[in-house]
Amino acid sequence: MAEFSTSIKEKGDVSVINLKGFLDAHTAPTLENNFTQLIENNKYKIVVNFEDLAYISSAGLGVFMAYIESVRENKGDIKLTNMSDKVYNIFDLLGFPLLYEIYKKEEEAIKKFIES
Amino acid sequence: MTTKSKNKLNELRVKSKTENLSVIRDFVSEKALDAGLPMATVENIMLAVDEACTNIIKHAYKSSPEGKIILNIDYDEKKFTITIIDYGKSFEPNSVPLPNLQKYYREHKVGGLGIYLMKSLMDDVKYTSVPGKYNQVLLSKNINGS
Repeated sequence: MAEFSTSIKEKGDVSVINLKGFLDAHTAPTLENNFTQLIENNKYKIVVNFEDLAYISSAGLGVFMAYIESVRENKGDIKLTNMSDKVYNIFDLLGFPLLYEIYKKEEEAIKKFIES
Repeated sequence: MTTKSKNKLNELRVKSKTENLSVIRDFVSEKALDAGLPMATVENIMLAVDEACTNIIKHAYKSSPEGKIILNIDYDEKKFTITIIDYGKSFEPNSVPLPNLQKYYREHKVGGLGIYLMKSLMDDVKYTSVPGKYNQVLLSKNINGS
């Protein structure tokens, strides 16, 4: 069975979700729960760190599509960081870089939130 | 009779559960590596097959876990082909428009991304349906010789 897990850490008022393993139609609900929980707690400044993510399918990409609007309506954002070339290529193929801020390093994304 | 045994080796039958997506990916990557394909191509094929099977689970079988999915892999020096059969609701690929991401973003729609990925990652994607009997999707990747 595909392994996938997430962990959330708080850096000031920014929430960082770390993804690990394989994000597909089976494991996407885990990440959906993370977003639902953050939004319920009025946490809209969200950074997603992809460093340990080995794989993503469109079901995983769909999770970001599903929450971005309500996050931005509340003056927040979902910023993506530390993607491998392989994962970035899939995002790129679907035109995601036009819709999401993607940074090389987690710190850069956190800094953007602090500056804004 | 050698054909028969070869087919058996290159066939995977699973139930329509999302937890089987990893079983499907492992099966496909093992065969694609056996065929000598480079890792990047193997990963693209794996993703395309995942997308096809995710669509079957969610749309053909409407997430009912008891449907059958049968994968067959065939390859020679020119082409690597995966045939996927299901017995669920027929799928009309022409009814799925190419995704307009801005529109998707506004409407929270994500369906259709999978088909777009499949078509982008593979050289050929063909759907055949015999309504009430079976649906077949054929995914193929050309293998560059020379």
